[in-house]
Amino acid sequence: MELLVIFISAAIVNNFVLSQFLGICPFVGVSKRVDSAVSMGMAVTFVMTITAVVTWLIYHLLLVPYNLEILQYVSFILVIASLVQLVEMFIRKVSKPLYDALGIFLPLITTNCAILGLALIAVLREYSFMESLIYGIGAGAGFTLALVIMAGIREELELADVPRHFQGAGITMIIAGSLALAFMGFAGLI
Amino acid sequence: MAKKVTIKEDFLKGIWKENPILIALLGLCPTLAVTISVENGLAMGLAASFVLICSSTIISLLRNLIPKQVRIASFIVVIATFVTIADRYLAAFYPDISRNLGPFIPLIIVNCMILGRQEAFASKNGVGRSILDALGMGIGFTLVLIILSAIRELLGSGTILGIQVMWPSFTPWMVMILPPGAFLTLGLMIGASNWINDRRAK
Repeated sequence: MELLVIFISAAIVNNFVLSQFLGICPFVGVSKRVDSAVSMGMAVTFVMTITAVVTWLIYHLLLVPYNLEILQYVSFILVIASLVQLVEMFIRKVSKPLYDALGIFLPLITTNCAILGLALIAVLREYSFMESLIYGIGAGAGFTLALVIMAGIREELELADVPRHFQGAGITMIIAGSLALAFMGFAGLI
Repeated sequence: MAKKVTIKEDFLKGIWKENPILIALLGLCPTLAVTISVENGLAMGLAASFVLICSSTIISLLRNLIPKQVRIASFIVVIATFVTIADRYLAAFYPDISRNLGPFIPLIIVNCMILGRQEAFASKNGVGRSILDALGMGIGFTLVLIILSAIRELLGSGTILGIQVMWPSFTPWMVMILPPGAFLTLGLMIGASNWINDRRAK
């Protein structure tokens, strides 16, 4: 029950993108088409889930016993960078078209603040191993959800008559604002 | 003469022409998240500028020693070191601000503005120019944060830096200090900056 609450809270109520402002860069950058948004969401969810598990292990089995909490940031970011490298090699082997479609945004998952944010928040809230795992999956699901909704809207938007100065980033921000308003409606859920 | 122009350009481009937030759309996460009050916006701007200037200096000094294949990882380790310093400093001397900004101080590590400047500028240019570039970008970043947080604080709580400025019967627009307000205000600011650029070009 506790785990379900963590999942729903991470995925919907406190959506990573729309209410915690984590992972805005790919949210603006990769949300032009639904199919690339879905694969980006999958890749991020995968990295997030593994990050949540690995950083939990590092923090509780290495850093805390040896009083090395000050190395938290450096070690977390190194774990994330190597994981992203791994995912990149995997995708290139399995699906070349997908690799080309994601392009520069694949290595940039390293600097996706949603992933480091997830690891730091999980430590801050003193989550147990299972809770961290569920939190990672929920956060990934929430990120994918926001990205896909946004991509859907932007595909329709290509036909709309947007004022010239707001085309691109301006209108994306304003749509994100409306989406965030809508997501606030879920606040009573938990 | 020509050299003098480039130096001035290195410094000034970050403030408006290549502003990290409004034009390049980098470093948006902290921009949106912490700008609930001017105090937070200012602290975040200064912390990020400190990290940017220090890392640019180090990276441009080491630019011939870092192998190309592992450059991103090396940049991140340098940045993470300075972020740890900034984080400890804030926690020791300004515990309130440190608590307000929460995880967004460590998240400066993955601020794409900082990594972007290392990749695009500091790893290719000398120390002097890199520091000027970092200084300009830092000022540009901080200015946008201050403007954005001033708008949100003024409309969302009727205050600036905690001092009441709006008339007493003013009803604060709650939405401005909630997440949607951040997106809406930044969207309008980006539109406005495009409009100003267009007007100037004419």
